[in-house]
Amino acid sequence: MTFRKDSLWGWVFCLPLVLGLSIWVAFPLGVAVVMSLFKWNMISPAQFIGLGNYVFMFFADHLFWQSLSVMALYTVLSVPLQLVLAFGLALLLNTKVRGMGVFRTIFYLPSLIPTVVSTALWLWLFNPQYGFFNLILDAVGLPAVDWLTSPDMVISSLVLMSLWSVGNIVIIFLAGLQGIPKELEEATEVDGGNLWHRLRHVIFPFMSPVIFYNLVMGVIAGLQIFTQPYIMTNGGPANSSLTYVLHLYKQAFQFSKMGYANALALVLLIVTVILSLIVFKSSDKWVYYDGDKK
Amino acid sequence: MRPNRKTLPRLLTYLALLLGTVAFLGPFLWQIRSSFMALADIFGYPPVWWPKDPQWQNYVDVFNIIPFATYYLNTVLIVLWNIAGSLISNICIAFALARIPFRGRKTLFALSIGTLMLPAAVTMIPTYIEWSWLGGLNSFLPLTVPSFFGNAFFIFLLVQFFRAIPREYDEAAFVDGAGYPQILLKLIVPMAQPAIAVVVIFTFLNTWNDFMGPLLYLNDSKLFTLALGLKSLLSSYNSYWHLLMAGATLVALPLIVVFFFAQKSFIEGLTAGGIKG
Repeated sequence: MTFRKDSLWGWVFCLPLVLGLSIWVAFPLGVAVVMSLFKWNMISPAQFIGLGNYVFMFFADHLFWQSLSVMALYTVLSVPLQLVLAFGLALLLNTKVRGMGVFRTIFYLPSLIPTVVSTALWLWLFNPQYGFFNLILDAVGLPAVDWLTSPDMVISSLVLMSLWSVGNIVIIFLAGLQGIPKELEEATEVDGGNLWHRLRHVIFPFMSPVIFYNLVMGVIAGLQIFTQPYIMTNGGPANSSLTYVLHLYKQAFQFSKMGYANALALVLLIVTVILSLIVFKSSDKWVYYDGDKK
Repeated sequence: MRPNRKTLPRLLTYLALLLGTVAFLGPFLWQIRSSFMALADIFGYPPVWWPKDPQWQNYVDVFNIIPFATYYLNTVLIVLWNIAGSLISNICIAFALARIPFRGRKTLFALSIGTLMLPAAVTMIPTYIEWSWLGGLNSFLPLTVPSFFGNAFFIFLLVQFFRAIPREYDEAAFVDGAGYPQILLKLIVPMAQPAIAVVVIFTFLNTWNDFMGPLLYLNDSKLFTLALGLKSLLSSYNSYWHLLMAGATLVALPLIVVFFFAQKSFIEGLTAGGIKG
């Protein structure tokens, strides 16, 4: 095999990737940048307005700020809670007791089913009069909760629902825990270390890359939450669950403001990049990779 | 002394597992319970906690009030196209990135991994505009064609797997006069069955569960997928919770069946990204 032939075959096999990156990543990003400078409803000709969409976004669209804060609140609440719960469950599922396989399946099932299914189910669980939660509260003599109909409650309800589907994260943590060398764990036990010591000095440092991965992926997913508020509340009551992507979707498909929706999409990209940089920067301080001595 | 020291923690573990089981399984029980109720019992007071006389009819009714069978067929068709596209593209790309030394492959791999961090919501609107220019709105094309261009997660997964196959195999094959296509088909693909199974399973899972794609691109209800069909059922029968829960169960059931047959592939796919990410 000559060097030339290698190159040829390499690029031939990678053709789908090269085309894919151009057609589904580079081109759409270019379209977004250009169209964000236009006023356009996809029917009448686009009208160039310069930075008009961005000016409107930052200075006139109060729903932009509202959706940004809903997105931030949801992410700040849901991601840490998901990580803590998933980590706890993974520790629990990593113990050696009988029937563990069954338990692991049970904890994973909710994250297997389609989001539309879990959203429909929770909409029913949250039903004010006949839903499971309020029936239980009523049965034990407590007042009903306005799960989705109170502006103060609705984000907490969405967060609660998201905790039910942490199974994916649990499985990833579990695999990480199973990768911890037995000698390390045994060493702390011999030294008389209790559970806290083991967590602090063995499990956390060893698991930090996995925690980091789940944190990054959790934040990216949290910023994009759409299906749940779209189906359950359509952003209500009083826009209290209008997440960023829901706002973007409505601008594009309800109000046909395609130029403006593209501007919103690019701002989301910038927010994501900034947040990722912050998380990556902070990772020097607490993420340990193999061979790191610290 | 010994049994005592071990019994308490074990008891606490079981207690925690039991509590967790109630919390995680509870909603499913409520779903099953509701799907077998009569409408009058759902809204009865005092509440009926479990149906005395299970209404199997609810599951039949779902097929009568909306074209559920059509939604099934549409979903299966889209899933099959995605599996085909995903297999062809990801295997070829990962093979080149893992086993052919050529200039630019590091850059290509890095670019591909970079797209994992790109939120889908960012390219959603411009991609929709692109499809409107290509004339693909209200068809299956936007939901199937992109699978033929590779997926960063699958590429990453397959590259890891392909790299672990010893190079000596390739060298021996070269000596026998084989080229890269033969090596891929006769050597790598048979050896990478477990990783390829993960790609199939997760393509199925992601396509079956996709809601945003069908929501954006399908207007004609004859083209709806199950996810979109369930949403339209929710909108038009919003208080018929017995039918809605029966429908929801029917949408989730195939996934659960597949999961029980392919648990190992699921676990491998889920953990591929987290470990040594």
